[in-house]
Amino acid sequence: MKSITAHDLVNGNVVFLGTAGTWSKYVEDAALYEDADAITAALALAERDEDRQLVVGPYEIDMEIVGDAPTPVKLKEKIRAGGPTTAYGEKMEATSFYAG
Amino acid sequence: MYRYDEFDAKFVSDRVDQFRDQVARRLSGELKEEEFKPLRLMNGLYLQLHAYMLRVAIPYGTLSSRQMRMLAHIARKYDRGYGHFTTRQNIQFNWPRLEDVPDILDDLASVEMHAIQTSGNCIRNVSADHFAGAAADETADPRVYAEILRQWSTVHPEFTFLPRKFKIAVIGSDQDRAAMKTHDIGLQVKRNDQGEIGFAVYVGGGQGRTPMIAKLVNEFVSENNLIAYCEAILRVYNLYGRRDNKYKARIKILVHETGLVELKKDIEDEFNRIKDTVLKLPDESIRAIETYFEDPAFETLPALSETFETRVATDRAFSIFAERNLHPHKMSGYTSLTISMKPVGAPPGDATDAQMDAMADIAEEFSFGEIRISHEQNVILPHVKLDDVPAIYDALVEAKLHSANAGLITDMITCPGLDYCALANARSIPVAQRLSERFEDIERQKDIGELKLKISGCINACGHHHVGHIGILGVDRKGEELYQISLGGSGDENTSVGKITGRGFTSDEIVDAVETVVDTYLDVRNTQSETFIEAYRRVGDAPFKQVLYG
Repeated sequence: MKSITAHDLVNGNVVFLGTAGTWSKYVEDAALYEDADAITAALALAERDEDRQLVVGPYEIDMEIVGDAPTPVKLKEKIRAGGPTTAYGEKMEATSFYAG
Repeated sequence: MYRYDEFDAKFVSDRVDQFRDQVARRLSGELKEEEFKPLRLMNGLYLQLHAYMLRVAIPYGTLSSRQMRMLAHIARKYDRGYGHFTTRQNIQFNWPRLEDVPDILDDLASVEMHAIQTSGNCIRNVSADHFAGAAADETADPRVYAEILRQWSTVHPEFTFLPRKFKIAVIGSDQDRAAMKTHDIGLQVKRNDQGEIGFAVYVGGGQGRTPMIAKLVNEFVSENNLIAYCEAILRVYNLYGRRDNKYKARIKILVHETGLVELKKDIEDEFNRIKDTVLKLPDESIRAIETYFEDPAFETLPALSETFETRVATDRAFSIFAERNLHPHKMSGYTSLTISMKPVGAPPGDATDAQMDAMADIAEEFSFGEIRISHEQNVILPHVKLDDVPAIYDALVEAKLHSANAGLITDMITCPGLDYCALANARSIPVAQRLSERFEDIERQKDIGELKLKISGCINACGHHHVGHIGILGVDRKGEELYQISLGGSGDENTSVGKITGRGFTSDEIVDAVETVVDTYLDVRNTQSETFIEAYRRVGDAPFKQVLYG
C-alpha cells in the first residue's frame, strides 16, 4: 500500500496527495494506492503539480493501516508526517538545570 | 568586532536582491527546482525533513548583542520561536517559508550577517576557538586570521565549485578548543623563536564516514603568507581532489591516497610560485583587521573579587556554576562565562527567542555586548568581571539558562538527527534528553569529571561522535534505530578517533549502555583526577567491552 508525499513549495511543509487530487498536510487525508498503475497515475498527477509550482519533490511511500488510520511504515516517514518527536520552541522547557 | 566596510555591505545587499529575484522566479515557475536548488543552497537554504531550513553563518562564532537580538527577532517573526546553534558555530532556523527568506536575509544584512557559503562545495564558515581574544593561554587572537580567511574565501571564483565542501578552523592556543584537527585545514597561530607570528598548518582532517586526523604539512607559515599557503592547498585540492565519488571527494581522501610527502611537495611548489604575488598579505592590511578585534575597555582589577568569593562561599549552586562554567581570562579580575544550552530535558543547542533576547541583554550589560557561539553548541560571554558573575548568574536563573554542566557528561554535542534532518538514520535529541535525565545529579557528574559525549544521527557525523570520549552513532538496521558506541575519541590537541565497541544498542538500551561505560570508568580509574579519556588510554577498550558484551 502506497501514498504520495511531497513538500509544499511555499512553506516547505510536508504534504500528502489526497483522494480528490488535492494536497493535505494531514497524513490521515492521504490517498492509498494498492496497484502499480494507480501509483504511476498518482505520481504523474503529483509531478504535474510540481510543474504548477504547488509542491516539491513528490515520491511514493509505503503505508499501512494502524487502528483505522493510514500510517507511514518507515520511521523517517512517520516523523515527517507527525513532526519532530521532541518538543521545541516554547514547549521545550527544561526540567532542571544541574543546580546542585 | 569586525564591521562591514562599504564593499561588504553592498555585496551582501546585492546578494539579497539577487536571491529575492530568484525566489520570485521559483514561485512563478520560471525556475524549476533543479535550477533553483543550487541557488538556494548557495544562500544557506536547505529543504529538510519537515520544511525549509536556513543556516545562518556566525563567522568564527562571534556575535554582538545587536546581532543576537536580530536572531531572536527572526525566530519570533519568521520561524517557530527558536533557533538551533550548530556544531560549526552557525545557527539554523527550522521552519522558514520560502517566500519569507529574502526578508530574513534583508534583516540579517541590516546587522551585518548572511547565510552565504553555509552550504555547497565551497569554503564554509571559518570557525575558531570560542574563547578567542579572551583566553589566558592565547598566543594571538585567531579571529584576526579567521576574518582574513573569510574575506579571501567569500565568493572566491576559483573555489566556489570544489570537489566537496571545505572547512577551516583557526586556534590561537596550544589547547585546541575548536576541534581544529578535524578540519580540511587546521591552523594554529604560533610565534617563532624571533617572536614573529605565523601558523602551524594541518591538512586533511575530517569526520563523516571516513574520519581522519589532519596532518601537519608545515610547522610555520609566516603571517604574510597565510592566504598564499591556503590558496596553494586549495589549488592542489581543486586540481587533484576526486570528483567521481562524493564519498571520496574531501581533501582527507586526497591526503590519504596521495600521501603527505607528495602532496606537500605539490602544495609547496604552488606556494613558492604564488607567494610573492598579490596574495602576500601587506602588514598594514593585517594590522587594519586587528583593529576590529582590539580589546574592549577593560578595567584594572585585582585577581580576586570579594563579591564573587563571598557568593561562592555561601551559595552551593552558584559555586558549582562558578567551578564549571568559568574559563580563565587574560585580564586580571575577568573571566569568560559559558551559558550552557544543555539543561535537563531540552534539545541541546536550541534557544528560544526570549532566551536569545535575554542573552543579548546580559551580554550588553556585562560583556561589552560580545557573545561567542562554541562548536559545542553553547553561548559564551567572553569578557565578564568576576565582580559581576553573581549578578549574571541571577539573570541566567531568571532566564532559565543557568545549567552548571559545562564540560561534563551532560554537556553533549548532539546533531538534529532524524527529528529534523533529511540525511539522518536515527534520532539524536531524544537520546540526549534521556541521558541528561539519567545523569541529572550534578554531584555525580562532578565525580565523573570531564567527559565529552557526542551523538550523531548518521555517519555524516555532524554530532562529532568520532571525537567523543564516548561517541554514539545512530544507524538504521532494518527499520529499527540502533546506536553504536565508540570510545576514546577526542577533539582536542591530542585528537583521536574513537573505536567502535561492538554491536549497536536499541533505543531502549543505549542509556543503560552509556551508564555501564561510565560506571566501568569509575571502577578502573586510578585516582579521582584521572579523567575518562586518560583512563581509557591507559586501560584500552577491553574492560568496557567486557561489561557491555560479556
